[in-house]
Amino acid sequence: MDKFTSLQGIAAPFPMVNVDTDRIIPARFLKTIKKTGLGKNLFNELRYNEDGSEKPDFILNKPAYREAGILVAGDNFGCGSSREHAPWALIDFGIRCVIAPSFADIFNNNASKNGMLLIALPQETVDKLMEDAEKGGNARLSVDLEKQRIVRPDGEVIDFDIDPFKKHCLLNGLDDIALTLQKDDKIGAFEDARKTAQPWA
Amino acid sequence: MAQPKTLFDKIWESHVVDVQEDGTCLLYIDRQIIHEITSAQAFEGLREAGRTVRRPEAQLLVPDHNVPTTDRSLPIENEESRIQIDLLKENAEAFGLPYIELNDIRQGIVHVIGPEQGFTLPGLTMACGDSHTSTHGAFGCLAFGIGTSEVEHVLATQSLIQRPAKNMRVTVDGALPPGVVAKDLALAIIGAIGTAGGTGCVIEYAGKAVEDLSMEGRMTLCNMTIEGGARAGLVAPDRTTFDYVKGRPMAPKGAAWEQAEAYWRTLPSDPGATYDKEVTISAASIEPQVTWGTSPEMVLPISGSVPDPSGEQDGNRKRSLERAIEYMGLSAGQALTDIRVDKVFIGSCTNSRIEDLRTAAAVARGRSVADGVHAMVVPGSGLVKHQAEEEGLDAVFKEAGFDWREPGCSMCIAMNGDMLQPGERSASTSNRNFEGRQGPGGRTHLMSPAMAAAAAVNGHLSDHRELL
Ligand code: SF4
Repeated sequence: MDKFTSLQGIAAPFPMVNVDTDRIIPARFLKTIKKTGLGKNLFNELRYNEDGSEKPDFILNKPAYREAGILVAGDNFGCGSSREHAPWALIDFGIRCVIAPSFADIFNNNASKNGMLLIALPQETVDKLMEDAEKGGNARLSVDLEKQRIVRPDGEVIDFDIDPFKKHCLLNGLDDIALTLQKDDKIGAFEDARKTAQPWA
Repeated sequence: MAQPKTLFDKIWESHVVDVQEDGTCLLYIDRQIIHEITSAQAFEGLREAGRTVRRPEAQLLVPDHNVPTTDRSLPIENEESRIQIDLLKENAEAFGLPYIELNDIRQGIVHVIGPEQGFTLPGLTMACGDSHTSTHGAFGCLAFGIGTSEVEHVLATQSLIQRPAKNMRVTVDGALPPGVVAKDLALAIIGAIGTAGGTGCVIEYAGKAVEDLSMEGRMTLCNMTIEGGARAGLVAPDRTTFDYVKGRPMAPKGAAWEQAEAYWRTLPSDPGATYDKEVTISAASIEPQVTWGTSPEMVLPISGSVPDPSGEQDGNRKRSLERAIEYMGLSAGQALTDIRVDKVFIGSCTNSRIEDLRTAAAVARGRSVADGVHAMVVPGSGLVKHQAEEEGLDAVFKEAGFDWREPGCSMCIAMNGDMLQPGERSASTSNRNFEGRQGPGGRTHLMSPAMAAAAAVNGHLSDHRELL
C-alpha cells in the first residue's frame, strides 16, 4: 500500500450530502478485474453527457480543479455499496484525501486500505474549508498526517483526530495482511479451541 | 452476577482472536461468500504476494452480480462479463475452493444461497464483498459487508481487523397490519432513522413484530440495515430460525445439531443488557411504503404525496430534495399513486425468495400487466425458481404477462444488461434507489413484491391492498 504522510494540493468543493458509491463509480464499470484505470469514470454521470463529452459545469471538469488532490465533501460520504472500486476510482483520478463531516463505515475501511486519508471534521469546520476550496487553484490546503493538522491558505491550523492504528498503517504504508500473519499462531490456537467447543462452526 | 450482554456482544466476544493496545480487534471470520465483482483483485493480490487461502472449506464461491438472466445454454455475450465469471471459476480451481457453477440449480444471489445451503448459521461471523451481507443477520449471524482488500484479508487469514461496534436496538412493538410486510417495515425504519442513523452500530431488531416475521421477512429486514448506515443487523435466533436451518445441506446434523442448537439458545440478549442507542416503532401505524426520491430515506406511505422542498429550512437538505424531485421527474405535492411506471423488477437479495414470489403472484393471479409496462420476475436462486415452478407461480406470472427469468442480481445493480433506459421509471423490490443505480438516468421506486406487482398491473404506483 502507498504511504500517506502529507499532501499539499488543490481542494475541490463537493458539498452534496450522502454521496453514494454508485455515484462515485457506477456499477457498469465494475466489470474490470484491475484496480487501476477507473479514474476516467469517476463520478461518471455527473461528469459526462450521454454522448461522452464533458459537462463543463461539473467541478472536476473545470480547469482550476482538474488536478485536485483533495475533496471537501458533504455528510455521509461514500454510503451504499462495499465496492472498493470507489476509492480506487478516486485515487486513480488523483484524489488521496477526502474531508467531510462523516463517512460511511465500509467506505472508510476501504479508503484506508488503499493509502487514502479520510478526515472527519465538524460541519462548521468543513464549511470553512469548503469556502477555501471554492477559491480554486489559488487556495491550496496542506494536510499533515503525522501532526494531524490541516493548514488553510490563510495559515489557520485545523487539528483533526484519527484512529491511531489507521494512522500508523497509513504513515508507514503497511499491509494489513502481513501484520495479521504475524499473529498466525494466535489464529491457529483460536481455531483449535473452536474446533473442540463448536465443531459445527 | 455477570454483566448482561447483548446478542452482538456475545457473538463478537466469542470471535476475538487478539486485542491491540488501542482497542483494535482481530476478529475471527467463520465463513466467507465470494462473487465475481469484488474478488478478482483479491485473488490477484494473493498471487502477487505468494499467499494461500487459510481455510478453503470456509469459503463459498458463486457468480451472481453479472450473470445473464436469460437462456443459460447460450454463451455470455458481453466479453467483460464472461471474463469476470470465468475468472471466478479459475480462481476457485486454482485455490481449491468450493464453487457453484452458473448452471447449477444451487446458483443464485450470495445472500439467498448462503441461508438456503445452511452455510449461514446462528452465532457465526460471516463476511462477503457485498454490503448487503447484513442479510445473514436474520439468523443471529454477525455478517459484514467488506471491500476487496478485506476479502483478500479473510482469504489469507480467516480474520478481519475491526473496532467493536456500538449496540443499537430497534424495537418494533405490536403486529404489522394485514398487507404490510417486512419490506415496509425496513423502509419505515430507514425513513425514521435516516441513511446515517446506524453509523458505527450493529442494529438488533426486536419486538413482537420482528419475532412474528418468517425467516424470509427477517432477511428482508436485515438486508436493508446497510441502508440505515449500520455495519450489520441481527435478529435473535429462535424456533423459527432453527426450523428453517434444520436439514439444510451444510447445517450440522445429528449430535452436532443438538449441541449447536443448545448453544444457539444461549445467544439472545440477556435481560437488562444495555444499548448505546434505542429506537422504538409501533408496527400498527405502518402502511405499505414506497420511495419517491434518490435515497432510501426518501420514503413515504403509499397514501402520501411528493414533499415540497420550500418548507425545508436546512440549505443542504433543501437542495438534495430539489435535486431528487428533478431527477425523478416529479413535482412537489404530486400524489404517489399518480406516478406511472415503465418497468417492474421483482427480485434482488432483498425480495426474491419464495415467500416474496408468492405474495407477488397473489396480486398477479388472474390479472395482466398494464399496457406499455415491462415486468420481470428474477428468482433469487435456482432452487427458489424450481420451487416456484413446482407451485405453479411461474405460470401465474407468465399468464399475467410477466417475464420469468433465470436467477441473479439482474436489474438491482444493472450490470448484466437488465436495466432502465435514461428517463425510464421502475417499481422495484430491490434496496437502492440512487441516481443511475438501475441504469444511467433511470428512476427507481422501492417497494414490497406485492406493491411492485400492483404497480405492474395498474401501470402506476398503487396500494396492493385494494387488489386483495
Ligand atoms: S441483488 Fe443487488 S444488492 Fe443484492 S447482492 Fe445483488 S447487486 Fe447486491
